[in-house]
Amino acid sequence: MRISRSLPPLYIGLIFTLLYLPITLLVINSFNISKYGYVWQGFTWKWYDKLWHNTALKDAFLHSLSIAFTAATLATLLGLLMALALYRYRFPFKRTASALLFILMLSPDIVLAITFLIVFMALGLQLGFWSLLISHITFCLPFVVITVYAQLKGLDRNLLEAAQDLGAGERSLVRLIILPVLRPALGASWLLSFTLSLDDVIISSFVTGPGYEILPIRVFSMVKVGVSPEVNVIATLLLAISLVSAMLIALLLHRKKDEKT
Amino acid sequence: MLRTACVHLRSPLFSRTLIAITLSWLGIFVLTPHLLVMMTSVLTPDTTNFAVWPLTFEAYTRLWEPLYATVFLDSLYLSVTATLFCLLLGYPFAYLLSRLGPVWRNVLLFLMIVPFWTNSLIRTYALKLLMGNRGLFNDLLMGLGLIDSPIQMLYSGFAVTFGLVYILFPFMVLPLISSFDNLDKTLLEAARDLGASAAQRFWRIIVPLTMPGIIAGCLIVFLPAMGMFYVADLLGGARNLLLGNLIKNQFLVMRDWPFGSALSVTLILMMFLMLAVYARANRRIQRKGGLDDANFA
Amino acid sequence: MSVIQLSKVSKRFGGQEVLSALSLSVRQGEFFTILGPSGCGKTTVLRLIAGFEQPDEGHIKLEQTEISKTRAEFRPVNTVFQSYALFPHMNVFENVAFGLKMAKVPKAEIRGRVEEALAMVQLKDFSDRRPDQLSGGQKQRVAIARAVVNKPKVLLLDECLSALDYKLRRQMQIELKQLQRQLGITFIYVTHDQEEALSMSDRVLVMHKGSVQQIGTPREIYEAPSNLFVAQFIGEINVFEGLVEAELPDYSYRVRLAHGGVREVRSDFRFAQGEAVHILLRPEDLRIHYPRTGESPPGFQGKVIERNYTGKTLDSLIQLESGQQLRASEFFDENDPDFDYRINESVWVDWVHGWEHVIPQRPTEHA
Repeated sequence: MRISRSLPPLYIGLIFTLLYLPITLLVINSFNISKYGYVWQGFTWKWYDKLWHNTALKDAFLHSLSIAFTAATLATLLGLLMALALYRYRFPFKRTASALLFILMLSPDIVLAITFLIVFMALGLQLGFWSLLISHITFCLPFVVITVYAQLKGLDRNLLEAAQDLGAGERSLVRLIILPVLRPALGASWLLSFTLSLDDVIISSFVTGPGYEILPIRVFSMVKVGVSPEVNVIATLLLAISLVSAMLIALLLHRKKDEKT
Repeated sequence: MLRTACVHLRSPLFSRTLIAITLSWLGIFVLTPHLLVMMTSVLTPDTTNFAVWPLTFEAYTRLWEPLYATVFLDSLYLSVTATLFCLLLGYPFAYLLSRLGPVWRNVLLFLMIVPFWTNSLIRTYALKLLMGNRGLFNDLLMGLGLIDSPIQMLYSGFAVTFGLVYILFPFMVLPLISSFDNLDKTLLEAARDLGASAAQRFWRIIVPLTMPGIIAGCLIVFLPAMGMFYVADLLGGARNLLLGNLIKNQFLVMRDWPFGSALSVTLILMMFLMLAVYARANRRIQRKGGLDDANFA
Repeated sequence: MSVIQLSKVSKRFGGQEVLSALSLSVRQGEFFTILGPSGCGKTTVLRLIAGFEQPDEGHIKLEQTEISKTRAEFRPVNTVFQSYALFPHMNVFENVAFGLKMAKVPKAEIRGRVEEALAMVQLKDFSDRRPDQLSGGQKQRVAIARAVVNKPKVLLLDECLSALDYKLRRQMQIELKQLQRQLGITFIYVTHDQEEALSMSDRVLVMHKGSVQQIGTPREIYEAPSNLFVAQFIGEINVFEGLVEAELPDYSYRVRLAHGGVREVRSDFRFAQGEAVHILLRPEDLRIHYPRTGESPPGFQGKVIERNYTGKTLDSLIQLESGQQLRASEFFDENDPDFDYRINESVWVDWVHGWEHVIPQRPTEHA
């Protein structure tokens, strides 16, 4: 009757193998002399070298990083302001605002992609850096707001009242009480936004312009045709980036938990 | 003293700025665009100006033409299959994870999330290498003597489904785990006490009580799955299209924006339909779910 | 006739022994209470009987049939959980009908029996309510109805009144007792509340650190505790230490008290000469006198250091010259409405011969 004891670990192990197998293979292949297949034929840095000299690809990578960096920073800032507004104030259309954030979070990327495309066309905005930046900021927003808002909700309201009682105005309240408390949430939000932005393919495909090519578009056209070892290198670099930010997020949120107890 | 006096002046400017930024950003980049999509879907297509007057429901009626209906249903079928596989694989996985000690559980959850933060396009490409005729899967199967010659995995509905499951699996597991966490273990004991067998406990207690997680998981797997055109582009054949491929095609190739918008509106409607089902399931077990917009309210 | 019998049952959780060779026997149709401080293993006993845990050693018998290997879902016992554990996705009717449905009782019969059970707990009109639309007391009643509707051989109740407020708890105690009498089902009730245990039970088992301290009627437990733990856990008690000097006829002994003085005491225990004993006295068994000048009455001299008016009684804390503190509780005398003490007032404390309960200081084996 009782499920055999070895079955659950076996199942979990199988799932993890399937999750990790593909990317592990890419990482290994990025150091493999062989261009085709996964059979190990010797260690090499040549694909890294090749990426370094592939100006178009390198530019796309740098463009992606700068979009991700700027979008993450601005989304964190904007999300912070929104979370504060939603937490601190009553205002008309507040429910609409939170419903819009909810829709934003849940809408499939493909829907967001065309909404952005249409609004940029309607506004007469040239597709390129700005359209990419605005759309990346926007789709990161709900995740920032949720993270920050959750932490604000955990904040003792008495703390704010005590501060006001001691003479703190709205701005000093935010600067001296709220921001320090929110630091871990803001850090986590920034990292999350950064990775979300780097990960995006669908929205970027719609709002990108010829003047500012970013990584997914470049990679897409490369892998559609066939095998390209530079993509393995990019995969390795991206994996390293997301591993680091995932660990940082875990650390930030873990510390937050410690402080609570 | 003077400083104290200054900050005592409540600054409505500060709060007003915050509110203005919030409302205008969401208004301009979320509300208006969604309204524009809905509007575009009832306009007439135009090659130079994308969409022009007069109003027409032609885009929606075209959805029912056999040619498009078939493609639409095929894409729906791929996404539904992927969602079901995610659920079938993810449900026991989430259950097992939720029963582990907190340390192991968090470590495994972390490990599950890390790969899904790597660019999904690149992960799809990795699958392409695995599933190729000379890829690891075929070599493994041949090595085990299960097959004599490589089977064609790529460029098929199977490959697309596999890719979608691979990429979206964590999205299914996360809400399921939180559902299992919220499941009160004494309810299972109570059911045992009242004579329910393991199967009865599963169908009558566990499944209904984790239903919000099941629906939330399906929701956040199914909706993106409809849109992931690059998975179909890389892994599927000419006939294995997702709704995303259709929409992309209408916007970037055919330049038929009203029809593309109508397809998106359909997707939005499906989203709201599933949300309604989710809300109902949550009400049924008297719980506010993780996807509730009360998170912001 | 015993309906439940545990013999030498042991249970360990992760190397920690929770129950050690515990034996007990519950009679058909009685209200049996397992009383003990939290962590004493009382809930484990209940879970073993219900089948949620398996004993590491020993036997559990239900009406002479060994059941320790029987799975919980096949045991003819039902549990009322501490948290009630009502299924949130079912209404009251569905909750109560659950066990009958599992037992494949015909639909028509289910309706009748559920309605009967609901009527019994006065929730006839609540069939369609969902658990979150019920008050704590109502949830409690649904939980009871859900269990008794299955006509179990034994009903297990796990601290199920502890979440209710005082007044409601008193009321539910009475209702439970009435229900038990009406149904004739054996109830095994677990609680840490000694007042509850004394007022509801036919017999009480006092547990401590995984073993039985005493089994007896509430009166036996209160008036003749078998050891110091039971004495101190149930109600308030004053303890005097002494040494047996001589055995006297008629179950009496002469005991030299540690505070000085010699007393004659009665005891059901057999003591050897020179054996150390505890003399136990409930606060209401102490007598307080005012000393008259020149007189030296029997008992101990002390002074009142605290007095509390409780309505029914006047409770006082008296410090003896030896430093020991005694609690006394006196009912008001109708003839003396102003009866009270001043703090620091000098008094004599004594007790009526024969009201004391004397137990050996050495640990006693439970009979």
